[in-house]
Amino acid sequence: MLLQQILIQTLNGVVTGMILALVASGLTLIFGIMDVVNFAHGEFFMLGAYVGVLTMAATGNFWLALMAASLIVALLGAVIYLVTLRPLLGRDPLNTILATFGISLVLQNYALWQFGPVARKIAEPFTGQFTLFYLVYPWYRVLIALLSAAIIGGFWLFLKYGKFGIWIRATTQDRTMAEAMGIPVPWVLTGVFAIGSGMAAASGVLFGPLVGVNHAMGLDWILQAFIVVVVGGMGSLGGCIAASIFISLLEAYATLWVSPSQSIIFASVVLILTLLFRPTGLFVPTPK
Amino acid sequence: MKDRATLVFWCAFVAVVALLAAAPLVLPEFWRRFLTEILIWGLLAMSSDILIGYTGLVSFGHSAFFGLGMYGAAAALLLVAPPNLWFAILLGLVAAACVGAFVAYFATRLRDIYFAITTLIFSQIFYVIIFTWTDLTGGENGLTFDRPRLAIPGLFSMRFTSTTLHWFVLAVVAVSYLVLRRITQAPFGMVLQSIRENEARTRAIGYPVERYKIVAVMISGLFAGLAGVLYAVQNEFAAPDFVFFLVSGEVVIFNVIGGIGTLVGPIVGAAFYLLLREGLSRFLTEYYLIPVGLIFIAMVIFMPQGLLGFLRRPLNR
Amino acid sequence: MSAPADSEILVKVEGIHTYYGKSHILHGVSLEVGRGEVVGLLGRNGVGKTTTLKAIMGLVPPREGSVSLEGQPITRLPAHRVARLGIGYVPEDRRIFRLLTVAENLRTGLDRAGVDRARKAELLDKVYAFFPVLAERRSQAGGTLSGGEQQMLAIARAMMLEPKIMLLDEPTEGLMPRMVSQIGAIIGVLREAGVAVLLVEQNVPLTLESCRRVYFIEKGMVRHHAMASEIRVDDAVVHQYLGI
Repeated sequence: MLLQQILIQTLNGVVTGMILALVASGLTLIFGIMDVVNFAHGEFFMLGAYVGVLTMAATGNFWLALMAASLIVALLGAVIYLVTLRPLLGRDPLNTILATFGISLVLQNYALWQFGPVARKIAEPFTGQFTLFYLVYPWYRVLIALLSAAIIGGFWLFLKYGKFGIWIRATTQDRTMAEAMGIPVPWVLTGVFAIGSGMAAASGVLFGPLVGVNHAMGLDWILQAFIVVVVGGMGSLGGCIAASIFISLLEAYATLWVSPSQSIIFASVVLILTLLFRPTGLFVPTPK
Repeated sequence: MKDRATLVFWCAFVAVVALLAAAPLVLPEFWRRFLTEILIWGLLAMSSDILIGYTGLVSFGHSAFFGLGMYGAAAALLLVAPPNLWFAILLGLVAAACVGAFVAYFATRLRDIYFAITTLIFSQIFYVIIFTWTDLTGGENGLTFDRPRLAIPGLFSMRFTSTTLHWFVLAVVAVSYLVLRRITQAPFGMVLQSIRENEARTRAIGYPVERYKIVAVMISGLFAGLAGVLYAVQNEFAAPDFVFFLVSGEVVIFNVIGGIGTLVGPIVGAAFYLLLREGLSRFLTEYYLIPVGLIFIAMVIFMPQGLLGFLRRPLNR
Repeated sequence: MSAPADSEILVKVEGIHTYYGKSHILHGVSLEVGRGEVVGLLGRNGVGKTTTLKAIMGLVPPREGSVSLEGQPITRLPAHRVARLGIGYVPEDRRIFRLLTVAENLRTGLDRAGVDRARKAELLDKVYAFFPVLAERRSQAGGTLSGGEQQMLAIARAMMLEPKIMLLDEPTEGLMPRMVSQIGAIIGVLREAGVAVLLVEQNVPLTLESCRRVYFIEKGMVRHHAMASEIRVDDAVVHQYLGI
């Protein structure tokens, strides 16, 4: 019995971990390239889920919903960046934290106003479960994990091989020299912010069918995402993925003993330990 | 020169306090309570300014100090009958001090953004503990209790009216301001500011930077806890909502709107935000926080020094 | 003394003032570099040599004064536009992209509009032929290269922009003497290819050997200007501005 529960929680942990990885990678990417801590990232997740709801209601097609959410929110992210964050780039990082906090407030209340406090639902694209040994597990959850992995994988390839990938990596390492090499840094920054937002939106749509979609759903995720980004190493994509799965597994196992809302304490403990002993990140080699 | 500046300061101080003391005599009940609440949130924001404005540490953990002060007071008011004001203050401050020590120990080794995130996570940890430990804290519903009397044993005992409570709060906040101001002007405060300007250099000169930061966090936490006690006394309840990290975010908003590094700025910031919110909520009942948020963002971009930013130099001479 | 004729001026800097916060760094620097000319900028540490290059490059926008390239004003244009207009910048400390491979470092300069695949391949071949050590290490991360190799990569990377002028900031700093003469050879090759060079240095012999004209800068202003052939290493003017 316990073994079955542990297996289920392992699967749950991996699934949630992949979604968290998708959300957090956008955050860590944005932080790595422009030192901006995007408090509003959870709201992009939430808005993605809502766009998903609306698209599903209009077309009934999950894949269309996924694409629409990613593109629309990416565009929104780009606009928000250009209007509010670009003017703040040279200044004290406190300013961007505050501005993104303000943006998060505005977006949350906008969603509350437009959609009301009652949660909406996105229907799962596949129903049905599969049996593994004596365990029954829903297909849809497996799909989420695979899709998230695919998106992250695709993005990793893009970073490694494409022209824009090199631009992004160069700008992240040395913004000044990237500019001196003719890379249009302002556009790269806008693009990265848009991509990060789009990824958060995609996770929102993927996660939507698991729970209800409501205006406050971003809050939980932003806290977890922050923990992941710090534990995984700010700016490190690989660390972020490893940390996401690690923390999600930890929390999943924790739910066997404590209530779900308390499982964040476990993640927090990991955060504290990381900050005390390996502040650059658990999964990042300590710099010499 | 210095004497003249001091004279100007004291005149202004007395004038403002007198104005605030006279206000409840002319305001209707609702606004009387509102003004008192502004002072309480102002005290909370002011405590946060010690960290943000003077030490250069952005803390999102003040909701924890505030909340624990509130619950500490609640505990005192529920445990002892008849409810005793001074015991409530004591217990609230002790609770806040404990949280302060805890946060200080872990968080002060960290710089900038890591400090901010860690304090935020700590707020949430406390939130979760309070929210789920229903037996002790009433969980989601919080705790309700009676307001204590203003009493000095042997001398007098009287119920608070909204006006006398306002005066009590005003007295506490005014004294707190003077105390905090004294601290910032003392050598200790100078070192804090030096840490804000250039931590590495301060450390190189030989100051034990970590210890100063820990003390700063504890002072900040104490006054935040005091604000929590006042809130409990005024509103007669304690709820986990106040420990949620969004409250910390609002406190930082008050600081920035009002002007960091001025001590009074945050109080003005709190007033501005709360009045704006109150005013807009009457016209736009559903989505009033949206324009509030937009105004805040605009201020961060165009007026980062805050409303009272121009007073920063003169006040810190 | 023959400064270049107006039609031959490539880069003209006139009276630029820059500030760093409240500090006034450049107090009206003026200089010129002709087409294909190698010009030196000599001075002690902290006098504004690097800032001058950065002002030309658009990394530090001057508050007053102007910079023009082939007669077109480029003052305060963002650096990525300046780079594409044909100015290659090789900073102090090289600042190659440590986590990118040598090939990827070169690509940052290659990947621009108007360059087709054939031309890119051609440029790469040329640079690998000229810097065989870079060819060897093309798949290695930039951070694993030695100091001298990184300097070569920094120069090669800027050359990928096919610039009309290269701004070199103390390229010999921290290099062994053997490498210093290699830098001299590279500057010679650039000159032969018709690429102008503005060389900021503290190494006087190399500068006098490679450059046609030399400016001396002190406390944020150009104080002296001469043909390199008229100056010797032990001249009083050298002592005065470089304190050697």
